[in-house]
Amino acid sequence: MFWDGTAAGELRIQRCTPCEKFYFYPRPYCPTCHSDQVEWQVVSGKGTLASYNINYRPFPIFETDEPQVIALIELDEGVRLMSNIVGVEPLPENLPLGMRVSVEFEPRGDQFLPVFTPESRS
Amino acid sequence: MNATSMHQGNVAIVGAAETERIGIVPDVSMIHLHTNAARRAIADAGISISDIDGIATAGPTAIELADMLGIRPRWADGTMIGGCSFMALVRHAAAAITAGAANVVLVTHGESGRSGVGRPPHIRPATSISGQFEAPYGALAPYASFTTPVLAFMKSRGFTREDLAEVVVSQRLWAMPNERAQRRDPIDIEGVLNAKPIAYPFTRDMCCVVTDAGGALVLMSAERARDLPSADRAVYLLGSGEGTESVIVSQMDDLDSFGPFRRGAKEAFETAGVTHDDIDHVMFYDAFAHLPLYMLEDTGFVGRGESAEFYRDGHTRPGGRLPINTQGGGLSYTHSGMYGMFAIQEAVRQLRGEAVVQVPDVRTSFVQGVGMMFGAGGSLILSNERP
Repeated sequence: MFWDGTAAGELRIQRCTPCEKFYFYPRPYCPTCHSDQVEWQVVSGKGTLASYNINYRPFPIFETDEPQVIALIELDEGVRLMSNIVGVEPLPENLPLGMRVSVEFEPRGDQFLPVFTPESRS
Repeated sequence: MNATSMHQGNVAIVGAAETERIGIVPDVSMIHLHTNAARRAIADAGISISDIDGIATAGPTAIELADMLGIRPRWADGTMIGGCSFMALVRHAAAAITAGAANVVLVTHGESGRSGVGRPPHIRPATSISGQFEAPYGALAPYASFTTPVLAFMKSRGFTREDLAEVVVSQRLWAMPNERAQRRDPIDIEGVLNAKPIAYPFTRDMCCVVTDAGGALVLMSAERARDLPSADRAVYLLGSGEGTESVIVSQMDDLDSFGPFRRGAKEAFETAGVTHDDIDHVMFYDAFAHLPLYMLEDTGFVGRGESAEFYRDGHTRPGGRLPINTQGGGLSYTHSGMYGMFAIQEAVRQLRGEAVVQVPDVRTSFVQGVGMMFGAGGSLILSNERP
C-alpha cells in the first residue's frame, strides 16, 4: 500500500481507528493501543525537518559521489520518517532544523521514493 | 523459600580476556577470534574447558561456538540485540546460574570487522524494515544512520560540534599510552573538526575505529568462585538492566534521549542497591562521539543538557572525578563491530587493578551498552567487593 501510494503520487500513512493516531512504519496493529482496526490515509506530505546528516560517503550502490542529506521529517500528522532533502545544495546553512518541507516522489530503481524539498522553494 | 538474587554480588566474573592480538588480524577468522578469547578467558579463570556447561554468544550460534571448542553445554543463549548483546548475556548468565540452569557460563565475542575473514555477508534484505524505509535514502552504514538524530539532540541543548570533538579529545588521552589502542596520536578540538568529513556533523575521529578483535568472559556463582586460585580477582555483578526500542533509528521515541538507557540504568542501580556517588569508573559504548553525551544524561550521572560541560571540565579524563572509557573506547581503542564486550573487559581490568592506564582505588564500575542504531541498551554495575 505504501509503495503503491508513492507510485500514484500519494503519501499514504496508517492511522489507528480507535485511538486516532497515525503511525509509521506500516504494520497491521496500532503500536500505541494494539488495536487491529487500522486504516490507510493519504496525508498532506507537509512537515518539518527534525534532524539530518550530510553523508559524504554514499555506498557504491547509489552510483553517486554527491553528498546525501539523510533527514528525519516530522509530518504534520504526527509521525516521523526518514527521507532525503532534495532541491537544495547539501550545506548546513540551507538546512535549518524546523524548516518546513513538502513531499515529492522521485523514481529510484523500480519504486518511487518520497523525498522532501523546502516549502519556500516550491 | 526465597530465591537467590541474580544481583547483589551472588554471581562473579572469574575469567576475562581479549584476543591475544587486536586491531588488524588478517590471519584469524571470526570464529577463531571467539575461540582464542574463550581459551584465554578460561585459562585466566584457572578452570578447564570441561567445567563450562553454559554457552552464550552473539553472532555465530551458540551451537557453532560450543562445537568449535569441544563443549556439549546444557544451557545456551544466543540473544542478539546488537553491540550490547554482551551486557544482556552477562545478565542472562547470572539469571541462569542463580536459577541452577547452568554452573559455569562462557560468554564470547569475536568479529573480523576490519579484515572480514570468515565474516558472514552483511546484507540487509530489501524486505526488512530498515531495508525498506531507511536504506533507500542512503542510511546503510552506521555512520549514515546512527548519526541522524544528533543535530536534534544538539539543538535541544545548545551543543556544538566542539562538544562532540571534546569527547574524542578526552578519550584519546586514555588511549595514547595504551599500545593495544588503534588510535594513539595526540589530537585537539581543531584536529578533530578538521579531520576528514564522514557524515556532517561527524568527522573521522568522531567515528569509531574498525578492527578485528574478540573477547570472552567466564561466570559462576560467587560461592563457587571462592575456591578458585583466581578468587581474589573475581568481579561481582551488583545490578543490571536491559531493554529495546525501535528497529529503525527514525522511530526512536525521542530523538534526544533513549529509553533503554534511562530504564536499563535505573533498573541496574535499583537492583544493585547503589547510587551514582558509589560509581568510581564508567564505560560507555561509544561507536560515535554523541553516545557518551546521551548516556551521561540518560543514565543519570548529570542532568539534562549538562553532559558537554562535564566533558569540557575534564571530569572524564585521566585524573578526573569520573573516568570514562579508560582504554580509549570504541573511538580510539578498538571496535570490531559489536563493541560491548570490550567495555566490559576494561571494567573488569580496572576492578582487578590490571588496566594499562589504571584508575586508582576503583571499587565499582558502571557499564552502559547500546545495540544497533539506538535499538537496544544494556547496563551493568560491577564491583571488586562482594556486598
